[in-house]
Amino acid sequence: MSKIAFLVPLFPLVGFLINGLGRKYLSKTAIGVIGSGVIFCSFVTSCILFQQVCNESCNEQTFHAVVTLFNFIKVDAFTIPFAFQIDQLSVLFLLIITGIGFLIHLYSTAYMKEEESHHFGRYFAYLNLFVFSMLLLVMGANYVIMFIGWEGVGLCSYLLIGYWFKNNQYNYAAKKAFIMNRIGDLGFLLAVFWILFKLGTVNYGDVFSNVAKLSAFDIAAITMLLFVGAMGKSAQIPLYTWLPDAMAGPTPVSALIHAATMVTAGIYMIARSNILFTLAPSTQAIITIVGLATAVFAATIALKQNDIKKVLAYSTVSQLGYMFLGLGVGAYTGAVFHVFTHAFFKALLFLGAGSVIHAMHHEQDIRKMGNLKKYMPITHITFLLGCLAIAGIPPFSGFFSKDEILAAVFTKNPIYYYIAVGGALMTAFYMFRLYTLTFLGQFRGTSEQEHHLHESPYSMTIPLIVLAILSVIAGFIGIPEIFAPDSHWLEHFLAPIFKESTKLAAVHHVDHSQEYLMMGSVTGLVILMILIALILYKKYTIKEDETSWGIGKLLTNKWYIDELYNAIIVNPMNAFAGFCKNTIEKNGIDGIVNGVGKLVSYSSRQLRLLQSGQVASYLLIMILSIVVFFLIWFNDLTIIRFLNNIF
Amino acid sequence: MNTVQILFFFLSVLAIFSAVMVLFSKSPVHSVLWLIAVFFAISGHYILLNAQFLAIVNLIVYAGAIMVLFLFVIMLMNLNANAEPKKYWWMKFAGVISGGCFLVVLVSLVQQATELTGKQALVKEGNIGLIKNLGKVLFSDFVLPFEISSVLFLSAMVGAVVIGKKD
Amino acid sequence: MPIQYYIYFCLALFSIGIIGVLTRRNAIIVFMCIELMLNAVNLLLVAFSKLHHGTALAIDPATTVGTDGQLFVFFIMVVAAAEVSVGLAIIVMMYRNTHSVDINFLNRLKN
Repeated sequence: MSKIAFLVPLFPLVGFLINGLGRKYLSKTAIGVIGSGVIFCSFVTSCILFQQVCNESCNEQTFHAVVTLFNFIKVDAFTIPFAFQIDQLSVLFLLIITGIGFLIHLYSTAYMKEEESHHFGRYFAYLNLFVFSMLLLVMGANYVIMFIGWEGVGLCSYLLIGYWFKNNQYNYAAKKAFIMNRIGDLGFLLAVFWILFKLGTVNYGDVFSNVAKLSAFDIAAITMLLFVGAMGKSAQIPLYTWLPDAMAGPTPVSALIHAATMVTAGIYMIARSNILFTLAPSTQAIITIVGLATAVFAATIALKQNDIKKVLAYSTVSQLGYMFLGLGVGAYTGAVFHVFTHAFFKALLFLGAGSVIHAMHHEQDIRKMGNLKKYMPITHITFLLGCLAIAGIPPFSGFFSKDEILAAVFTKNPIYYYIAVGGALMTAFYMFRLYTLTFLGQFRGTSEQEHHLHESPYSMTIPLIVLAILSVIAGFIGIPEIFAPDSHWLEHFLAPIFKESTKLAAVHHVDHSQEYLMMGSVTGLVILMILIALILYKKYTIKEDETSWGIGKLLTNKWYIDELYNAIIVNPMNAFAGFCKNTIEKNGIDGIVNGVGKLVSYSSRQLRLLQSGQVASYLLIMILSIVVFFLIWFNDLTIIRFLNNIF
Repeated sequence: MNTVQILFFFLSVLAIFSAVMVLFSKSPVHSVLWLIAVFFAISGHYILLNAQFLAIVNLIVYAGAIMVLFLFVIMLMNLNANAEPKKYWWMKFAGVISGGCFLVVLVSLVQQATELTGKQALVKEGNIGLIKNLGKVLFSDFVLPFEISSVLFLSAMVGAVVIGKKD
Repeated sequence: MPIQYYIYFCLALFSIGIIGVLTRRNAIIVFMCIELMLNAVNLLLVAFSKLHHGTALAIDPATTVGTDGQLFVFFIMVVAAAEVSVGLAIIVMMYRNTHSVDINFLNRLKN
């Protein structure tokens, strides 16, 4: 039945091994075919699994296929199996990861064409490993397997962000991503230990059915620690700064990180552990606030960014904030739905941006672009569709998923709702600012660049077209109640996963007239924002002395968050490390090490004096040895008695 | 206390006193003379044990030949009391202490050895120490070692000449 | 005479020899102390030979038990004579080279 599940992660692993080991011997074509082909195989397998899961869930059975491959850790009665869990949630993520992953691989074959052959092989090996880790993360049937994948994606993101390792700036970005992730990973690891300590098992099924054994404090602590892990991986405040810097990697990598893998890991983990979070209202409140803050905060930064990828990066952070907002208010389906739609349009936007960058010869500043629609019609159209989707214009996919989250937020707290809507409006504004500056108006680059402008090859445009279609239609798997009753397919599909949570805290539905009003007004405002952006930036010309002031300056400099982190964390740490290096290391550690060496050499110099070469001293030692020998060998009591006698 | 005992203690005290004087004499010549006194006392002991042959050999070989050789060498080198450099006091101290310890340990061992209690060495009597008896055994059972010892003497002689030769 | 007396006496002589070897630096004195120790051992051998002879004599009047011990002493004397001749030759040579009989000069073992 689910016997083929192990094939899904196996294919990318095989691809990784072939590409990684054979990168010096394989041609670029072979590497591209292997790299993309294995992901396609995974995708096909995932589709088969999906089909099976669909059939099962149609029969109204709770579908829980745990496929145990072998025992990973076994100590006494305690066992951690290396098992895969195939259910509605994981199969959905499998489709996203392998489907979008395949398109990105396909796209990469053209995008990375100019790389040297063995670097090309390295790139695809990393990419395959990335997908493999993410699949492991999603498929694992316990927290330990998830943690393996969790660390794997962290490692791969490091490798891929620092792919162009000759540029030190990129290496710093890679290190930043890795270290920020480590902070989150620590929280995740502690949570796993906590669960292990309290329940003695980390299997999802056992943990979730034994959740009643945990005290309220335990649940709150575990969920908080899990959320810290999610914060790092999914780039929430305060651990989000690595994601914009992660733009240092090749553009398809950014697409992979932002759309299919990595950042959705946090969402997946919380959705997977939904029952724990439902039982911890305090954590939920924190998640709501952090998610909301991230959503709005990142949106404000995105308003003033000029790097095409940076804008998209901050929009990802912002959208992730929405997902966490949804998780926080208990709208798990909405959050997963948003992951689903976001994966399509964000992959589309990133690949579109990659196409633009490719055409502009690695120019990323949108102030130096413009009027690209003339030269790149396919990229233009698909990018526009992506922008409409992320802005939330009906009937594009982003509208449905975002609307579902917003509706859930409204039932929880109207104030949050209004703030979130503000963020959504900003999203529409900055996305269309980006769109206008890039594709409309006058071309502002050099004439040489203009001369070379061209549409990208098919292997790049085909993924764009496919993703554009998906971005448009993906929303129809979750049409809200009010349009057509009982048409929310995704909610029915995922219902078994969130069954327990729904039982405990049912999501209230707003009454229909209210919801119509909200949808209408939000859509109207979004369209208004889009128009404002179009008008404002249509006539944009590059200004040399462009200085911003006040809030504008604050936003251009990303609220000085990086500087703040440097001041309160990095610099004190550096100072402490310097202190350790100069004082503790030199005087303490070196002192001990050298001291041991000096002690040995000193004592051996002293011992050497015994070897004076003088026969008399040798004899002396010999005699003393004989005495000692006798004293030890014979019954010393009589000697003591004798000594008593004579003295 | 009978005559034998008196003689035994007299000879013992004489030997130990002379031995101590060997150590404490400043001049090597005096040391040699005191050592000769020790050998005479030991020969007296041999006689007391009725080991006449050994007593005579001891006097001839040790007190006669060897000690004369010593004296000869000392005189050849013209050593006197000031010739010897001062030894470190702690070295002397350590030597005396370790020697004393050695003595104490061994004496205590002998004390606790129950096999030795009541055992007497035959004094004045017994004729195995006579030249006649020893000579019989020496030239029958021990003739081979006796002949080999002549080879030893030859090699010692050659060695002494070779080493002492001026080159 | 009780055998212990002989043992104590010989041990005393032997220890004096040891102390002499350890404390004196004059090679000739050291050599003499070695002779002293040899003599102590010789005397002890004779004493033990007489001890065994005495115990055997009580059973068999014609016994020759103990002859070996005295012959051993004889051989020790032989070896000692040879040793002294060679040893003194070495001391003479050493004196000729260093103009001293201080054994502390003989510290070549150090290197």
